[in-house]
Amino acid sequence: MYVAVKGGERAIENAHAWLGEERRGDRDIAELSVAQIREQLKLAVNRVMAEGSLYDADLAALAIKQARGDMIEAIFLIRAYRTTLPRFGGSLPLDTAEMACERRISATFKDLPGGQVLGPTFDYTHRLIDFQLAANGEVAEAPSRETSADPVPHVTGFLNREGLIEEAGEGEDTPPDLTREPLEFPADRSLRLQALTRSDEGFALGMAYSTQRGYGRNHAFVGELRIGEVAVEMEIPELGFAIEIGEITLTECETVNQFTGSKTEPPQFTRGYGLVFGQSERKSISMALVDRALRWEELGEDNVGAPAQDVEFVLSHGDNIQATGFLEHIKLPHYVDFQSELELVRTLRKEVEEARAAADMANQVPEAAE
Amino acid sequence: MLDQTTDTARRDWLSLLAKSPTGRARDLLSALDLSPSHELLRAPEIGSVMVRGRAGGTGAPFNLGEITVTRASLKLACGTVGHGYVQGRSKEDALSAALIDALMQTEAADHIADAVLAPLRQEMATRRATRAGKAAATKVEFFTMARGED
Amino acid sequence: MNSAALSGGFANPAQEAAHGFRALMNAMARPGEIFEVSGGQGPAPLSIGAAVTLLTLCDADTGLYLAPSFDSAEMRGWVAFHFGAPLVPAERADFALGRWEELLPLEQYRIGTAEYPDRSATLIVESDSLTQNGATLRGPGIKDSAALSLPETTAFQANHTLFPLGLDFVFTAGAQLAALPRSTEVN
Repeated sequence: MYVAVKGGERAIENAHAWLGEERRGDRDIAELSVAQIREQLKLAVNRVMAEGSLYDADLAALAIKQARGDMIEAIFLIRAYRTTLPRFGGSLPLDTAEMACERRISATFKDLPGGQVLGPTFDYTHRLIDFQLAANGEVAEAPSRETSADPVPHVTGFLNREGLIEEAGEGEDTPPDLTREPLEFPADRSLRLQALTRSDEGFALGMAYSTQRGYGRNHAFVGELRIGEVAVEMEIPELGFAIEIGEITLTECETVNQFTGSKTEPPQFTRGYGLVFGQSERKSISMALVDRALRWEELGEDNVGAPAQDVEFVLSHGDNIQATGFLEHIKLPHYVDFQSELELVRTLRKEVEEARAAADMANQVPEAAE
Repeated sequence: MLDQTTDTARRDWLSLLAKSPTGRARDLLSALDLSPSHELLRAPEIGSVMVRGRAGGTGAPFNLGEITVTRASLKLACGTVGHGYVQGRSKEDALSAALIDALMQTEAADHIADAVLAPLRQEMATRRATRAGKAAATKVEFFTMARGED
Repeated sequence: MNSAALSGGFANPAQEAAHGFRALMNAMARPGEIFEVSGGQGPAPLSIGAAVTLLTLCDADTGLYLAPSFDSAEMRGWVAFHFGAPLVPAERADFALGRWEELLPLEQYRIGTAEYPDRSATLIVESDSLTQNGATLRGPGIKDSAALSLPETTAFQANHTLFPLGLDFVFTAGAQLAALPRSTEVN
């Protein structure tokens, strides 16, 4: 049943006005600019771009401001905006080997061509609150050194030369797109990677962690983690050739996983892959672990029933906008639904009470006869 | 059809314009005080491009997510056509890029190359070199402290 | 790409596409009625009606099949510049453009699936003229009956029996267009 009611309009308008005021906070404190968010909360901006699935730092910063720092709300705003844009086409596949690396580390080889470049990482910080930042956040310029023009090849490339790691595999030039066609199962790897790269960071982290704790263990090493800028190229029909239409920062993680072989594959290392917008290290490692776990079938491994091996479970629950939409809708009016439940419970109770009363009566009859 | 060398040069300047910081090419162009009359073939339009990665870096392509791109096309009074594509959402920048692309195919090419493209290229190289230098300073130089025999 | 291919798009895309969309929506909602459109101009022999239909409904996500008389270098350039629809064979098309005889046989187009009846083709049929007489139309969007100058009737009757699957048609002539959705019964 459906009942339309009115009356919330003024309350909603006033709620919006107060929301705006609360977003602004104390007017004696300077207002945040979008540029400040973009520059000083860059990792938050990166997360909104990755999960909003739209690379535009100014827009993501604005969404964070509007959402009062609620990341999922900001991602929601970006996803909604994204749907209003006409799509000009698809890029040529990125060449991450050409990345201008700002960070590049390998947990599998100490001395590797291109070296271990730490970049701006939290890894070796002491996780002590820096009270000085509360007073003064100005910093000196970081040291610089002369650069070398040496190439920075992918680590999996070395293993590949020895035939010790599986080939990366090939596929169609135009991959399936879950923003265009509803997700259907079983989903192929390109669809899984698309779903994972835009999935909720917390969800991806939890899933990846579960594989480490034994729920579908796949013995991952971080073969390589690299962060840096890559040019985006697209064919322009009116020109008849491809041009670079932009440049984006990406985090790429390639895991090298122990694999003892299966009925179909020889013992060799296998791969998990993570590629995420922005500097998003935790997310890209998580993505690589979950990608690898989901590949059990094509590698001929056993399904041990672990959550991270269940493609439908992972892909259907990793999108925080779908999840929050369905979750949060239950707080909205369900007056009629609830009314019918209320009627049902009242009826059931009445039946139980009547039955009990009848039973009591029956029990009293013999006593009365005594 | 343009010949190969022209295509390569044009590809270079269009790519440079696409990646330049918001407003920069426009400022450099407007400093020249040229305002060639032109007709719009495609009004500036904000849209997106789906960026594709490859599984494992080299394998099958997959959809990574979109970027915002703005484009415009115009025709100068002399008939020369210019196309502009820029990252982000600036319609003015897309128009400036299209105008620069058109002018680069006219006699004004040398002037534009010196006054607009050269500084853009220089600034981009500086920005890149600065970050590369800082990255190089965080490169680990391993040295062996002790090597055990047992 | 020659410069002719670069002109003839919507000068004011947001408004003109909205007007085009409204005309097409009304045409689909009231089969047999004829609407006037404006704002798009493609290379000959493309009509204004077909140009507006393409500019309004097609983009990089919709596969377009061009029947031989429309498959020219100029037309390909115009499509690529203005809306970027990938050109595909008839059996993969979301939209097909041509004169009636060259679009046949209809069996080659996608009619959708039970789960996704929308994964079907819309045929844009270029005609010499459109008039409100000829075949009798009945069904949703038509009060009693309507009439439209269709090129034939049997093909549309067969298409209607596929409902909810099937093809939809837009007929264009000059600046005019009319539509025949799969839900319409033709006699």
